[in-house]
Amino acid sequence: MADPILAIDELVKNFGALKATDHVSLDLRPGEIHALIGPNGAGKTTLISQIAGTQRPDAGRISFDGRDIGALSVAQRARLGLGRTFQVSSLAPEFSALRNVMLAVQAVSGSSFRFFKPVMRDPSLMEPAMAALERAGLAERAHVAVAELSHGERRQVEIAIALAMKSKAFLLDEPMAGMGPEGSSRLTGFLDGLREEAPILLVEHDMNAVFALADRISVLVYGRVIATGTVDEIRADPEVRRAYLGDEA
Amino acid sequence: MMTRETTFNISIALLLLAAPIAAHYAGEPFYVTLATRIAVLSLAAVGLNIALGLGGLVSFGHAAFFGIGGYAAGILASHAFAGSPLIFGLPGTQQMPVIWIVAVLFGGFAAFLIGLITLRTAGVYFIMITLAFAQMIFYFAISWPAYGGEDGLPIFVRNQFPGINTLNPLSYFLLCYVLLGLALLLFRLLADSRFGAALQATRQNDVRVASVGIPPYRIRLVAFTISGMFTALAGALFADLNRFVSPSMLSWHMSGELIVLIILGGVGRLFGPVVGAALYVLLEFWLGGITERWQFFLGLILLGVVLFARGGVIGLVAGRARHG
Repeated sequence: MADPILAIDELVKNFGALKATDHVSLDLRPGEIHALIGPNGAGKTTLISQIAGTQRPDAGRISFDGRDIGALSVAQRARLGLGRTFQVSSLAPEFSALRNVMLAVQAVSGSSFRFFKPVMRDPSLMEPAMAALERAGLAERAHVAVAELSHGERRQVEIAIALAMKSKAFLLDEPMAGMGPEGSSRLTGFLDGLREEAPILLVEHDMNAVFALADRISVLVYGRVIATGTVDEIRADPEVRRAYLGDEA
Repeated sequence: MMTRETTFNISIALLLLAAPIAAHYAGEPFYVTLATRIAVLSLAAVGLNIALGLGGLVSFGHAAFFGIGGYAAGILASHAFAGSPLIFGLPGTQQMPVIWIVAVLFGGFAAFLIGLITLRTAGVYFIMITLAFAQMIFYFAISWPAYGGEDGLPIFVRNQFPGINTLNPLSYFLLCYVLLGLALLLFRLLADSRFGAALQATRQNDVRVASVGIPPYRIRLVAFTISGMFTALAGALFADLNRFVSPSMLSWHMSGELIVLIILGGVGRLFGPVVGAALYVLLEFWLGGITERWQFFLGLILLGVVLFARGGVIGLVAGRARHG
């Protein structure tokens, strides 16, 4: 088995008496989609935030691409190749979709401390950004301000940004949220191919998508991983059925 | 095709150039001085517009950099005038280019140091801490008798620029006008550059900026430093315009005035500071001639802008800002 690109070891995060992350260990291997499921409030987003660096764990280790990233800032982790999308779209609202993606291209293609060359006349920024938007299916709306885009379209911008970052691993926090059934099925097909490029840690409530995509599933309940396994193993797990899946599976 | 904003900007630029030239040949040097005041305050506000307009950093302490620039001019000139050395035996100077470089370097250095600390905060805390730093420098200037303390420091003869008679009001205006033009050009380049894109994105959503791998703190620190440099240059020009530097250049009123200029003209807009400064100086002149309480009317106008024209005068004329 290939070495995991992302490994989380005994991660702990408490908010007062609430154990948001309770000794969580999991990993992400090359070429796979590892889905993280669980009821609301299970600590999925908190876990993603700790991996991305927006929150600091109280204890535990996170290593990425062979190095401990626990002490690194959000920006440093992103530059190492951790591409995150947000559960609630988090974009620069006054900028167009294209300029949002160009910012990601700019971040990977060298310094942001360049003061004179206009970005809107820089094909080395615009072309990759446009290509990413095209792959995310939003090329026609590239010049529309994000504030004027629909909820689903903003999700597509988030995906395009993650693509443009040339990430070595994707952390996708509910990418299907707010998308219509058609959008979800299109995105499912897209993510299916994306795993070849870089593995995906996928937080998702859409069980059809999860069962269709995931190579492995971890189930998070009250901050603890109660089970990790293949789709069939998770479907059959009695504890998971009781805690989360109910009749759905 | 030219946008409405560009047409408006060019008109303003030409008007600001034509009015003092006409006044000069009509034998009205006072109006030339008024226009110079507009140009210099515009330049100071262009500096603040980098931090406030592009970066969303509401600095309530930019008087610090304005005053530092002013004192750089005053102190260098006073040593040159008296023939006494500065520290380390360095001589003073009355050459504007040297004074400007010193002003810009000290202004930038002060902004860098203040930014290092203040930029770790945000919102109201940022406003208050920038104010606190500016007040520290203000009280330091008041209690430093070597350079006039509370009474300020006169510049007996306006400093010199090679090949130009700076004592001629029109020549001095043109010098300030050219510097303002350069500053506006730099602002435009900066706003459209990679750095500008990152800076404007941190204003809108700094989590997003960090998540693509750009460190927002460093972007802001560089922006704040550049912002302080512009404002310090304006301070040096202001001191030479008035031939006088006093702690009032460092006071919080000055910081507030710069913010008001930008809000009046249009936050983040290229010519926002110019339009704001022109309005401010002209209101001060006309209404100030009618009543001592002219700032009451300024307050009413500001209220009108904030309530009904968020984009300031430029927003009113040219509509909302567009970001491609």
